[in-house]
Amino acid sequence: MNPRVLEKVDRVIDKYNKDRGMLIGILQDIQQECQYLPKEALLRLEDRLRVPLPRIYAVATFYKAFSLRPRGKHLIQVCLGTACHVRGAPRILEEVGRKLSIKAGETTEDFNFTLETVNCLGACALGPLMVVDGKYFGKMTPGKVEKILKGYRNE
Amino acid sequence: MGKIKTLKQLEDFQDSLVKKRDPNKLCITVCGGTGCRAYAWEELIRAFEAEIEKQGLKEKIDIRITGCHGFCERGPLVVTHPQRIFYQQVRASDVAEIISETLLNNKVVERLLYIDPVKNEKAIHEDEVNFYRKQQRLIFGNNGKIDPTDITDYIALGGYTGLGKVLTSMSPEQVIEEIIRSGLRGRGGGGFPTGRKWLYCRQAKGDTKYVICNADEGDPGAYMDRSLLEGNPHSVLEGMIIGAYAIGAGEGYVYVRNEYPLAVKHIKIAIEQAEGYGFLGENILDSGFSFSVKINRGGGAFVCGESTALMVSLEGRVGEPRAKHIHTVESGLWERPTNLNNVETWANVPLIIAKGAEWYSKIGTKESKGTKIFSLVGKINNTGLVEVPMGITLREIIYDIGGGIPGGKKFKAVQTGGPSGGCIPESMLDLPVDFEELTKVGSMMGSGGMIVMDEDTCMVDVAKYFLSFLQDESCGKCTSCREGIKQMLQILTRITQGKGKEGDIELLEELSEVVRDTSLCALGQTAPNPVLTTIRYFRNEYEAHIKDKKCPAKVCRDLITYTIDEEKCTGCMRCLKECPQQAIVGERKKPHRILQEKCIKCGICYESCRFDAVKVE
Repeated sequence: MNPRVLEKVDRVIDKYNKDRGMLIGILQDIQQECQYLPKEALLRLEDRLRVPLPRIYAVATFYKAFSLRPRGKHLIQVCLGTACHVRGAPRILEEVGRKLSIKAGETTEDFNFTLETVNCLGACALGPLMVVDGKYFGKMTPGKVEKILKGYRNE
Repeated sequence: MGKIKTLKQLEDFQDSLVKKRDPNKLCITVCGGTGCRAYAWEELIRAFEAEIEKQGLKEKIDIRITGCHGFCERGPLVVTHPQRIFYQQVRASDVAEIISETLLNNKVVERLLYIDPVKNEKAIHEDEVNFYRKQQRLIFGNNGKIDPTDITDYIALGGYTGLGKVLTSMSPEQVIEEIIRSGLRGRGGGGFPTGRKWLYCRQAKGDTKYVICNADEGDPGAYMDRSLLEGNPHSVLEGMIIGAYAIGAGEGYVYVRNEYPLAVKHIKIAIEQAEGYGFLGENILDSGFSFSVKINRGGGAFVCGESTALMVSLEGRVGEPRAKHIHTVESGLWERPTNLNNVETWANVPLIIAKGAEWYSKIGTKESKGTKIFSLVGKINNTGLVEVPMGITLREIIYDIGGGIPGGKKFKAVQTGGPSGGCIPESMLDLPVDFEELTKVGSMMGSGGMIVMDEDTCMVDVAKYFLSFLQDESCGKCTSCREGIKQMLQILTRITQGKGKEGDIELLEELSEVVRDTSLCALGQTAPNPVLTTIRYFRNEYEAHIKDKKCPAKVCRDLITYTIDEEKCTGCMRCLKECPQQAIVGERKKPHRILQEKCIKCGICYESCRFDAVKVE
């Protein structure tokens, strides 16, 4: 077990006073610290919160926000909200997938990029919209994709 | 400033705030909504700060970052005070001129003004812009005036006096009576009378009761709740505190999407400040009433917007809805009486208390009172949030406020109510917008998303889009929703691939009925709406896909081909270089050709061609 992960997990659990009702919040904070939910973190939660592992696993797999697999250094989100959809978002997603040779939900082999879709970011005036590490790129066209990815590629 | 303990203290504090604020003080307000922040916004703020510092004007000019103004299409938005001049699409390079010309010399910087695309007239003030003219911004208007991270801005505009009035001069029953008389109905989609819900929760047995603010705004294309929480969080909080007093609840929760980090931050700050001033906590305004609020962040599951699913999610479990034969007002969160309202509903409450039920009930239609905020998005010139009185027509919203369809394209449909709603065709644009009218035509109010579609939108593809969304978001508890949506999606996918069969439309209708009638929660019950309304109003498009194997809007990839018009092609090599499949061949200055067997129909050539030479059939 990685002691640094456990330290982080303990800190989060203590912050919430071991409140079982805050399980989702605890998982969110752990994910923020570790970029994903490592197995050892979930085992630690079972132990300290006294919540059975299957219930933790159910929550961690039900909610879209959680990932049980390590994610890449850069997170690319393509918005597939309705407004973005009618303005051509599926073609943006395809182009990103093509350029990185991954599908939505996957991570590149070098762990540099993870590609995800989101249902709506509420910035519909900018649609179609792509977000890299929280930075918004609006009014996207497939032609703009490579130019943006370039700035984040491993050289 | 310590805790405010009496109504008198609150009023005195308010007076002192108003007196302290010089209405003629120079001030720049910059919209700080997520939309505006996405357009090189930080550079703009830094430029304002640097320029004010450089010219030594720190004492003379204030800069205030406000909530969302709603006109997201034209961000970042800047308004100067006291001139009230409205600038749009402001860049860091415009900053020096705004300060020296407008703020110091009262001159207008012409090129930053909004120009009406139809009349070609410039608008100097916000209220002269057509986008704002027909709106009635009762709930949303203060967003542009206040710094949402500063409670004194809200108090100076009369904030928390509604709460003061309630706690010092009204009984809980009187508060409920007032809300019932106002005619306020839930803004989250269902449209249930808010006052009646409060009454049932008040009457429910039990000492511990909860109130919840539903800010799990999951409908794609709807973002009014986010803008309210980000831009005026205290109005939502004040509504919750008033509601909790009326119901007899001691604890409240705000369940907010984690995808809205700014909203989470602002409501958190608002709660801390309200606690600091004594509007939350023990013995509020010395009334004996105590109330506290916690924030829970959602995990990104659409179904958690449903009240029973939201409550289990709050308990830290998987958000599956339950049957509602026992209502949540009797047994909700932790099996206690719980009253849940949407963000916008809560934000209406302080206004009703301050101005009275009689005044409020004069706005709107017979059955739907007040205003509603819609997010007008998609193929529309003026994307943004609009607040209009109930009963306004769709045509007024789309053409007068929204400025019509971009690029001279033809309007096809407007989708309201999110994935549970329906698509309304042009022949019904004069429909007055309220809860009943939208339901009559097979759609619904929902949380207020309004997605405009033009001739380039394929309605079968739209139906497929919503079903694929719902397939992902169905929690899987009910077989009919889990499996039915999946089957319907497969049929639609087949149709868009040109493999549709005679009888597919009827089968879709039959499946729709089963899913609607046998699902537990609104997600399944309303899931067929997008399919049923598109069949009802755009049957010819389905038939074109099935019988002629054609997509009239030229969207469905298996039914279209890209070709190059040899007469128009100049042989510039642009599409050839951009094509990801090397499917275009040709030499410089000679017409290019697309190799159909290699083409994946991504459309990049169509977009990159400057000579209109790429055709889609």
